[in-house]
Amino acid sequence: MDRLKLVLQYFQSNSESISNGICVILALISVKLYTSFDFNCPCIPQYNKLYALGVMFVPPVILFFLGVIINRHTGVMMEEWVRPPGKRTKNPAVVKYLCSAMMQRALLAPMVWVLVTLLDGKCFVCAFSMSVDPRHFTGIPNNTGIDLVRLMAKVPCKEDAVFRNSTFRKAVTRYVRCYSQAIGWSILLFLILLGAIGRVVKPCFDHATFLQTRYWSNYLDIEQKLFDETCVLHAREFARKCVHQFFQSMQEDMQLRLQLPPPHCHPHHRDEEYEDEDHLHGITRDEQVDRVLNTWYFCRPELDVTKTAHQPKVYITWEDHNGRTLFSDV
Amino acid sequence: MDKFRMMFQFLQSNQESFMSGICGIMALASAQLYSAFEFNCPCLPEYNYAYGIGILIVPPIWFFLLGFVLNNNVSMLAEEWRRPTGQRRKDPAVLRYMFCSITQRSLIAPVVWISVTLMDGKSFLCAFSVNLDLRLFGNGSTPDLAKADLVRLLAKIPCKDVFDGEQVVSREAASRYLRCISQACGWTFLLLTTLVAFTVRAVRPCFTQAVFLKTKYWSHYVDIERKMFEETCTEHAKSFARICIQQYFESVGGEMQGLHGQHLHEKDKSEDEGEKPKSDEEKLLGIRAQDDMDKVLWNWHTCKPPLNVKKEDFNSANSNGTININGFSNNLQKPDPPKKEWVAYYSKV
Repeated sequence: MDRLKLVLQYFQSNSESISNGICVILALISVKLYTSFDFNCPCIPQYNKLYALGVMFVPPVILFFLGVIINRHTGVMMEEWVRPPGKRTKNPAVVKYLCSAMMQRALLAPMVWVLVTLLDGKCFVCAFSMSVDPRHFTGIPNNTGIDLVRLMAKVPCKEDAVFRNSTFRKAVTRYVRCYSQAIGWSILLFLILLGAIGRVVKPCFDHATFLQTRYWSNYLDIEQKLFDETCVLHAREFARKCVHQFFQSMQEDMQLRLQLPPPHCHPHHRDEEYEDEDHLHGITRDEQVDRVLNTWYFCRPELDVTKTAHQPKVYITWEDHNGRTLFSDV
Repeated sequence: MDKFRMMFQFLQSNQESFMSGICGIMALASAQLYSAFEFNCPCLPEYNYAYGIGILIVPPIWFFLLGFVLNNNVSMLAEEWRRPTGQRRKDPAVLRYMFCSITQRSLIAPVVWISVTLMDGKSFLCAFSVNLDLRLFGNGSTPDLAKADLVRLLAKIPCKDVFDGEQVVSREAASRYLRCISQACGWTFLLLTTLVAFTVRAVRPCFTQAVFLKTKYWSHYVDIERKMFEETCTEHAKSFARICIQQYFESVGGEMQGLHGQHLHEKDKSEDEGEKPKSDEEKLLGIRAQDDMDKVLWNWHTCKPPLNVKKEDFNSANSNGTININGFSNNLQKPDPPKKEWVAYYSKV
């Protein structure tokens, strides 16, 4: 019983904590990606906004899809959603729960990218430097011969010749970056508030149903893992038997030539720690395996293990030759 | 229970995690190779494009082929594809599945190289600097340069230390512009790749899930069967060699006869105890001559056995057509192992 509990706990913690771990790793990867990415504002009026907003929003989309792909629950959810009912009715609440859990995990890395971008400020400076009113700032270079819009578009590029020895560029950059950081912190505060309210308020609504859906979604995950595991063990036994049988059949072809009987070549006499037959579950042909896998998908079995769980115990009564009871298990 | 857990982890980790690990290592290697590689644009109009695009395209092809070389499953796929049908049909879906999974793993390192190259921008700058539109980057005063001279000047843009046309074109602005386009291409490429991967992974269960379960099982089975066959052959070879040497020594010294009898007696004792591992004689599985072993190995490839491991009743006709030598074998074979019976004792209470 204890061993079973340990195994269940291992599965439970393993599945969710693995997903959480992968989620956090992806968020760290997104931070690393941002720091190693060489932000390169074009400093041309037509392209500044496009580039900056592209860098701010396209990588989050990529990270979101990556988060969905990497998550194990995506497969579980999709399979539960599209399978035919078979002998087991489908519970849409479970699919919805899995979907929302997967989305929440997948949204972490994109949010981290957006926040890091805003807090750093380079994207904002690149996109909105042209929208700043230069009259608020002193020291604007007015002898360069280029028009105002193009001048403002060059603000994000510090190595440009136009702004050498000029405090104007630094002032505008600081101003826009300050806006960017304010927006970043506000978004972070909003998200944290949302998360806190959600956690606090959720138990007020439908907690019992929530417990059920969480249990069954965990169950589906564990069931799929166990099915894959059983298939792997079965394949191994099948392969071992097949190879042995092949050698035996070759040896039978050669029996005519031997004088003595083949010495002890029945491998199943071995006293193994686990039964070979158990692992094969009576499935010994390729058509049977195909049928098992087909039925598993098209006609999922019902959630009722009474027959296996409650096997009748054998009670033995020992009697002597007169019919008197010597010892009894009853 | 724990033993199952460990075995399963070993099996699983051996095949999939190992390949994913190799995949990840190759991706990191490709990123590291790019940063260690010293990009060296020739800055000549005739060679810029070839060099820039070559750096973008040739290493990914190399990584892709390397992925195939490093993947153990390639030989398994080739073997399964080319073997004669024998007693076992070939399933093209299994071959396709194996090929797809090998290809997917091999594509990761090339994708990483292409993304890193595009994000860095140097190869784009090198390849397309001659196609720059001067109206955007001209510095106002454009001296009347001959076309060939202009092209040569534009080709020098990627090389900071060689460029000498600052009055004609602003090198900084031009290189920034090209790098920006390169990065946009890089992000677009990554987005497309991720969308394709998403479609394949997340949307596939909507179609052909049952077939997928089947092909996954059988491709894994083929891999395991190959490993088990090699294991059995290795064990057989060991025992064969040991007995061969023993027989040689026995034949050389005739007084070893006595020992041989004692050896058999010891074997019987261990049979009764049932705890000692299989003796070498047992491991030979009845195959004791070079020709026989050659025949075993030959038949394993040319005539794979059917996928049916039921204990057939030898009196009934076999569906797979092996030679039925009932007349001889029934006398020589040991009787079938006793059937397991469940006996229920009903109490009189």
